[in-house]
Amino acid sequence: MKQYVISVKVENRFGVLARVAGLFSARGYNIDSLTVSATEHDNISVMTIVVRGDDRVIEQVKKQLNKLIDVIKVTDHSDLPTVQREIILIRVNAPANKRSELYQLGEIFRAEIADISPKSITLGMKGEPEKIDNFIELLRPYGIKELMRTGRMSLLKE
Amino acid sequence: MKINGAQIIIESLKKENVEYMFGYPGGVVIPIFHQLFNAPFKFILSRHEQGAVHAADGYARASGKIGVVLATSGPGATNLVTGIATAYMDSVPLVVFTGQVSTNMIGNDAFQEVDVTGITRPITKHNYLVQDIKDLARIIKEAFHIAGTGRPGPVVIDVPVDISNAEYKFHYPEKVDIRGYKPKYEGHPVQIDKACKLIEASKRPVIYAGGGVVISNASKELREFVKITGIPITTTLLGLGVYPETDALSLEMLGMHGTYYANHAVNESDVLIAIGARFDDRVTGNIKTFIPNAKVIHIDIDPASVSKNVLVDVPIVGDCKHILSVINKMIKAPSIGPWVKEVMEMKKNHPLTYEKSSSGRVKPQYVIEELYRQTKGDAIICTEVGQNQMWAAQFYKYTHPRTFISSGGLGTMGYGFPAAIGAQLACPDKRVIDIAGDGSIQMNIQEMIVAVQHRLPIIVAIINNGFLGMVRQWQQLFYEKRYSHTCINFAPDFVKLAEAYGAVGIRVSNNDEVGPAIKKALSVHNKPIVIDFEVIREENVYPMVPAGKSIKETIMRELA
Repeated sequence: MKQYVISVKVENRFGVLARVAGLFSARGYNIDSLTVSATEHDNISVMTIVVRGDDRVIEQVKKQLNKLIDVIKVTDHSDLPTVQREIILIRVNAPANKRSELYQLGEIFRAEIADISPKSITLGMKGEPEKIDNFIELLRPYGIKELMRTGRMSLLKE
Repeated sequence: MKINGAQIIIESLKKENVEYMFGYPGGVVIPIFHQLFNAPFKFILSRHEQGAVHAADGYARASGKIGVVLATSGPGATNLVTGIATAYMDSVPLVVFTGQVSTNMIGNDAFQEVDVTGITRPITKHNYLVQDIKDLARIIKEAFHIAGTGRPGPVVIDVPVDISNAEYKFHYPEKVDIRGYKPKYEGHPVQIDKACKLIEASKRPVIYAGGGVVISNASKELREFVKITGIPITTTLLGLGVYPETDALSLEMLGMHGTYYANHAVNESDVLIAIGARFDDRVTGNIKTFIPNAKVIHIDIDPASVSKNVLVDVPIVGDCKHILSVINKMIKAPSIGPWVKEVMEMKKNHPLTYEKSSSGRVKPQYVIEELYRQTKGDAIICTEVGQNQMWAAQFYKYTHPRTFISSGGLGTMGYGFPAAIGAQLACPDKRVIDIAGDGSIQMNIQEMIVAVQHRLPIIVAIINNGFLGMVRQWQQLFYEKRYSHTCINFAPDFVKLAEAYGAVGIRVSNNDEVGPAIKKALSVHNKPIVIDFEVIREENVYPMVPAGKSIKETIMRELA
């Protein structure tokens, strides 16, 4: 199934997130990631929704999103030129003899060392989602103790 | 001058020219009822909140106006849920006020608290929880606007009791401006042009008209469109009456229990013109075998209805009335003589019919025919759900919009009778008949006292077969005749029940008594009349396209 990136501008009001999420959950669709944030306008929020699904159903969901009174604009970013960013925090096992390797790896990816303990190291990194995927793969052999990603933000190119 | 929230509600409803409000009191709405005591519009007290919301829905469908409901928090609100969902599925405009516990108690599991906006989110066009008295008037204005425009639907306003008591100056906005809600009424000219060309070049076109034509009051434009083009027309259940079924070009209803000729004409069409209809599964049957050779033109105000179930070749998003009037100005009649002849042959050779009673026992279809004959097709027919509904759709001939009122999308048993109360209030000069089943009528029978109280001469024609007939029919045809829990002949005496409420009760057990009983009922003008028609028990509704099957698998009549 294809992965879709849908950007939704909404009124900044309580209940809007539930309305939007409800349209996906009612169809049994699991959202891969969802970010909600402020925009340049005080009273408008933007949601970036990453979801996998059958294209006809996604088409239907987009139309249903448009029907929500609190939704101002729906844009499908899936096949458009965009800039996308995501942030990851990842904690890996870091015994003394592996630490310099991990520092080097972090440097290549421009990650920052967010925290360090006798047994582990926590790295923070921002980048395009694919870069984050690669970073995770390279860290996997060290033993990932904990990982979280913000979900992606997506902005159309001008 | 400052007034309280309850007064703001009343003043706002006055601004909206509300004529009737339907509802039921309870703790947190006492401040609102306090003001309703001398409100200038009428309040209809139901005996169950579900009755109130269905009555408001029936009122809205019969009048074309917005139905208004008021119920208390908690159980009052949850009792409305079925009615709100019914209205949502059939695009009926309602503004529903529910009481809520005080804002400082919300989320505390307070007495009679439920999350109303949460519960009603997927069954409303929009809903509001009022958090600030300053917003109340604006929210009511928006709710009426949203409910009644675009594709209509129910809007819920949840009003905490402290908001009803809080004071603020009343200012009802003149205009509504919601940036996320701008319904589109005018169809795209390029699409309209394409549609006209496609129709003009067609050889086997059929019009498929639905409830959207009723809602947009486009019956006149539709009739003109048929007159200009000469194209045969079928309607959905909710579209009944938009085109006179007495006219030669009418193929009556299509779908699961539609006529042979409607289903076959649609399936053999080369251009299907869908107007205010949404290709429901009860219409299409097996979607894979539906209209194999047709190009589809779809006129609908809701973009989400277009290409949802069936891929559309020429979508025109907008209001049917507006679009049809534009099309009527430019369209030329296609040359479809042989096709119309073919369809007329089908109509002649496969009429909608049933075996007449030979035993003297009452045939349900005959009851409907006789109701049609004696009311001269001029009544408003409300129905419950099941066999009664389908026979009412098949054997009464509808010639005007807003004369057939039924829960189509949700299929809500217990809808018809309270809806008839609303319809009768909306149209006091019309005869309103609820065609009921012995199962459905028991779901909201408590509303009988409301009809008696307001002296509404509604005829309740109970097609009493002692079964939950439609489910029994499926059990007979598809589940080895195992009538599991569908036999309900352990029933109340409906005549005595009517009399206990102060209504008239008539029992009919012989086919010869059908006519006189209806005649007697029609002579009563100041109270409801219940006729208990004891009909042949295992009569089935035919034709029937079994669920999910193609029309080739239609069952035309009882298999010996």
